[in-house]
Amino acid sequence: MASVAVAARGPSLFTSVVVIAKQRLLKVLRTPALFWTYTMQGVLFLVIFRYIFGGAIAAGELGYTDFVIPGILATGLIWQGMGGAVGITEDVAQGLFDRLGSLPIPRSAVLAGRALADTAMQLWSLIVMTIVSFLVGFRVHDGLANALIAAALIVVFVFAFEWVFITMGLYAGNAQAAQGISMILVPFTFVSSAYVPVESMPGWLQAVAENQPVTFMTDAVRTLTGGASAEVFLGHPASYFVLRSVIWSAVIVLVFGTIGVARYRRG
Amino acid sequence: MFEPVIEGVGVVKRFGKTVALDGLDLVVGHGSILAVLGPNGAGKTTFVRCVATLIKPDGGKLRVFGHDVVQEPHLVRSSIGLAGQFAAVEEAMTGRENLEMVARLFGQDRASTKANVDLVLEQMGLIEDADRLVREYSGGMRRKLDLGASLVGTPRLLLLDEPTTGVDPRSRIDLWDAIRTLVGRGTNVLLTTQYLDEADHLADQIVIIDRGKSIAHGTPTELKKRTGRNVIEVHVRDREDVAEAAKVFAEFGDGDLQTDASTCQVAVVVNGGTEQVSRALHLLQAAAIAVDDIALRPPRLDEAFLELTGHELQERSSDGRVAGLKNASSPDSIKA
Ligand SMILES: Nc1ncnc2c1ncn2[C@@H]1O[C@H](COP(=O)(O)OP(=O)(O)OP(=O)(O)O)[C@@H](O)[C@H]1O
Ligand SMILES: [Mg+2]
Repeated sequence: MASVAVAARGPSLFTSVVVIAKQRLLKVLRTPALFWTYTMQGVLFLVIFRYIFGGAIAAGELGYTDFVIPGILATGLIWQGMGGAVGITEDVAQGLFDRLGSLPIPRSAVLAGRALADTAMQLWSLIVMTIVSFLVGFRVHDGLANALIAAALIVVFVFAFEWVFITMGLYAGNAQAAQGISMILVPFTFVSSAYVPVESMPGWLQAVAENQPVTFMTDAVRTLTGGASAEVFLGHPASYFVLRSVIWSAVIVLVFGTIGVARYRRG
Repeated sequence: MFEPVIEGVGVVKRFGKTVALDGLDLVVGHGSILAVLGPNGAGKTTFVRCVATLIKPDGGKLRVFGHDVVQEPHLVRSSIGLAGQFAAVEEAMTGRENLEMVARLFGQDRASTKANVDLVLEQMGLIEDADRLVREYSGGMRRKLDLGASLVGTPRLLLLDEPTTGVDPRSRIDLWDAIRTLVGRGTNVLLTTQYLDEADHLADQIVIIDRGKSIAHGTPTELKKRTGRNVIEVHVRDREDVAEAAKVFAEFGDGDLQTDASTCQVAVVVNGGTEQVSRALHLLQAAAIAVDDIALRPPRLDEAFLELTGHELQERSSDGRVAGLKNASSPDSIKA
């Protein structure tokens, strides 16, 4: 057949991802409601938890501020992630995904571009939250290097959870459903060590809380910023939590990346 | 050695229990506009999405320029441009940015991206609005931009799914012009529509599909000849006369009779042309029925369906009209 000789046109994976990420970033930056949600939502939670529960919950030598702020920093991404899920449904509804799907680009580029752009917005949110954290009295107790590792870990969690939200967005079908489905993750942040010590929960809930990813994520950040007193309070060294949180992240990317890309390919 | 632009043989696509494409056969030759015509739910969008490699057919063969849509989707994607049923443009970007995005994703370098984007903006008459956010565009401008986005990769086959639905009559003509110009330059076009007159104006070939099957195909003229007959439609002045007028028409007509008491309308299929109008008027006058308006018109799509297939298209709604069919052309009416 003569047609076999025709070379496929199309950009590289890298170019495709960058171009698609740019579309999403421009959308958020040029839509004030979206931009301010990413900027302020985490900060609001942070201030609320710091001042409302600050006096009521004891967290050993660590103090509640240094206890809860790592929790907020590590879980803010879950509260904000629904923006990504809703965005996907909008792009599907608008037909933008059909257009992208008809272009000679690698299939994975569409979702990877989204994940990258949403991660960048979450990073912005994390920066704002971190600044406010220090303003409300948060301090690191284990050196700058470990604090930076903690920040990098949060970015890893963000990227991992983006795939959860992308997958939810693809399955939800419309914006309202996407919002609803994303809310399922919120209880996970409560049934974890993020805002209160796990010991304060009833036994059966403790079992859940102690073994779910949000707890490992939070406690990894907590021990890396809180140092020795956090490790004593939580009963394990930082490396214990870091290892488990990274493994969880990899599992989440693998599982939801696979489900999400498969769903996307199916059309 | 030329493969057809599109070659579909027995294409099947199911969604759960719904059979959206039920063994569709369709061939598109080079240098032409093919219109796929059909009512709501006929499978038009499903077919376009199969050709655009967005969904995979469950059965049959579907090739685009000789490339199988399932085996070689990447090669298919390199040669098509899609404008879906809804304008797929990013509201938070300018018209220019939208086009640039698509051109870049076609693999064009910066220089040819710029050249192509400028050209398309020019063709679509969007130069002046190129740097405004699409959020501020009107519906017609969005449609034009969307069409432009499907062109900017200089595809060999353009897929347009109801390109003028929801567009005002003026922009509609503009879009038709743009589409015709493209074909003059050698682009092949497959478009879907619910408007008989759109297919009539634009298409070299029409395929009528119903319930996922091709039920008739040919040039617009051939199809009309095959339908052959015309429809006489009358508006009576007094509602009480509707039944009486229907009786007159039933006797005098040669085919399907439709009455609609809510709009005081009676219509019947007839053999022949204008001479039938004066005959009808004469009979109505003899029966002392006052008439507001009488018209001879070609059959609407639903009536053509009935003529071509011998079966009703879809469930009729209470007012006697077929759901989901539109005909934007006005009948050439004679005021009484
Ligand atoms: N994603 C889907 N899931 C389930 N059913 C679907 C899906 N897409 C289409 N269908 C069904 O397939 C049939 C054909 O739909 P399609 O959208 O192709 O029709 P259409 O001819 O484009 O109609 P319209 O003129 O309304 O755009 C319909 O019965 C529709 O309900
Ligand atoms: Mg359709």
